[in-house]
Amino acid sequence: MTDQNHTGTTTLHLVLAWGLVGIPLALGVLQTLINAMKLFQ
Amino acid sequence: MSTMVQTQSSGGLFGFLDRSRTIAKPGFSRWMVPPAALCVHLCIGQAYAFSVFNLPMTKLLGVTQSAPGDWNLPELGWIFSIAIFVLGFSAAIFGRWVEEGGPRRAMFTAALCWGGGFLVSAFGVYIHNLWVVYFGYGFIGGCGLGIGYISPVSTLIKWFPDRPGMATGMAIMGFGGGAFIASPLSVWLMSNFKTEHYVGVAPTFIVMGAIYFVFMMIGAFLVRVPAPDWKPEGYTAPVQASKLITTNDVFVYNALKTPQFWFIWVVLCVNVTAGIGVIGQASAMSQEMFPGKITAVAAAGFVGLMSLFNMGGRFFWASTSDYIGRKNTYLVFMVLGFALYCTVPYTGTAGSVAGFVLCFLVIISMYGGGFATVPAYLRDMFGTRYVGAIHGWLITAWSMAGIFGPVLVNYIREYNVTHGVPKAHAYNVTMYIMAGLFVIGFICNLLIKAVDKRFHMDHESALVAAASAGRATAAAVVRKPASA
Repeated sequence: MTDQNHTGTTTLHLVLAWGLVGIPLALGVLQTLINAMKLFQ
Repeated sequence: MSTMVQTQSSGGLFGFLDRSRTIAKPGFSRWMVPPAALCVHLCIGQAYAFSVFNLPMTKLLGVTQSAPGDWNLPELGWIFSIAIFVLGFSAAIFGRWVEEGGPRRAMFTAALCWGGGFLVSAFGVYIHNLWVVYFGYGFIGGCGLGIGYISPVSTLIKWFPDRPGMATGMAIMGFGGGAFIASPLSVWLMSNFKTEHYVGVAPTFIVMGAIYFVFMMIGAFLVRVPAPDWKPEGYTAPVQASKLITTNDVFVYNALKTPQFWFIWVVLCVNVTAGIGVIGQASAMSQEMFPGKITAVAAAGFVGLMSLFNMGGRFFWASTSDYIGRKNTYLVFMVLGFALYCTVPYTGTAGSVAGFVLCFLVIISMYGGGFATVPAYLRDMFGTRYVGAIHGWLITAWSMAGIFGPVLVNYIREYNVTHGVPKAHAYNVTMYIMAGLFVIGFICNLLIKAVDKRFHMDHESALVAAASAGRATAAAVVRKPASA
């Protein structure tokens, strides 16, 4: 969390950051999509 | 080019919030910034899912069913309305403060307000005082919504000068998607806290407030602003302004004096009015227009599908605007919106469920797209320096639309039904009024030209603005004197 020592962004940083927001969002979208399919039943 | 790059850190416990501490070092990837923005927007997007608490909150005393003294739905509806109203006005009032203090300070404040709002609301539920909930979620949480909503906008635009629409579209997509996470999470938490004598709303608020605070703080720690001389690899900033993309900056309060700001305000208000009224009434409207064809379960599916298009439209249209231009994107919204709203009554008459669904999915994608494209539109018109603050003022259009939209849909339907119009046709007048609104929006969008040079900031006014804010940092991003 210390900015001063920050050197550069690694692929791991990117994967973790995007995973943190992407995974919950993807799960939420999937759940909504499953519910939305009831329109076509 | 800036000569005043030195900043003064306040240090101490909150020194890490300073803009100067968020300036990215060489090697920092700009692709770390959208997740930081999403950390905030996914949390505050919970507002769209607040309705999952409405029914349980009508049974806080009775538990299994409403008892005397329990709150009713119209009373509870005010919680969301206050929050959205405060969102608009806090974004306007704190916009300049957000812009000049940097994204981390704003995100931290938003996290405090949003998480704190939940905690105060939990207390309100615990002591069963609705005014405390209004104050907690509506006012404190509403401030968190407003500050959080605009906090990453200008930062993203500065990191992605080559794709500003896509960048802000990603963040604002998070606001649309926040409900997808919040809705199941709220239901799951309430089911875990529920007992025979307890609905479980208060502890759910506490847990959600804590989760959101932590998540938003992660965003605050991740966010960085680019160094003043930074630019993307291979990107060459345009030396001369194109017709509708300025290379100058306009001070926030001068922007409010331009006709361009108010034209964009009307365009956004029209676009939001057309979408927001339908969102709230989609389930009932679809069932009433297609009795027997669309059941309650299918209508719930329709609402879910609309939410997905609302979210997807934010990314799709904002990204598209990078290629076709902001003015053309809104031109598409207005023309297509007009055509689709004129078509909806015919889909009802023809009994075409597919046509009805298709019309509203496109309309709702444009509703989301309107929100996501507008920061880049403002940047094109007024430059990057105060875009966040100007965006804050523009959000008041959302507050106004939040009143117009539901009124147009609900009250006109009610009037028609009480005057003997069949429910299947009760929405037709509203659809034509919406189409008419798009004509007004079309004209306003057409009238938007480049901002007059007299509104551009010169070097001196930038320094005055910086001094009045008490921060040398504000001057650090002044790129060049106005060409006037």
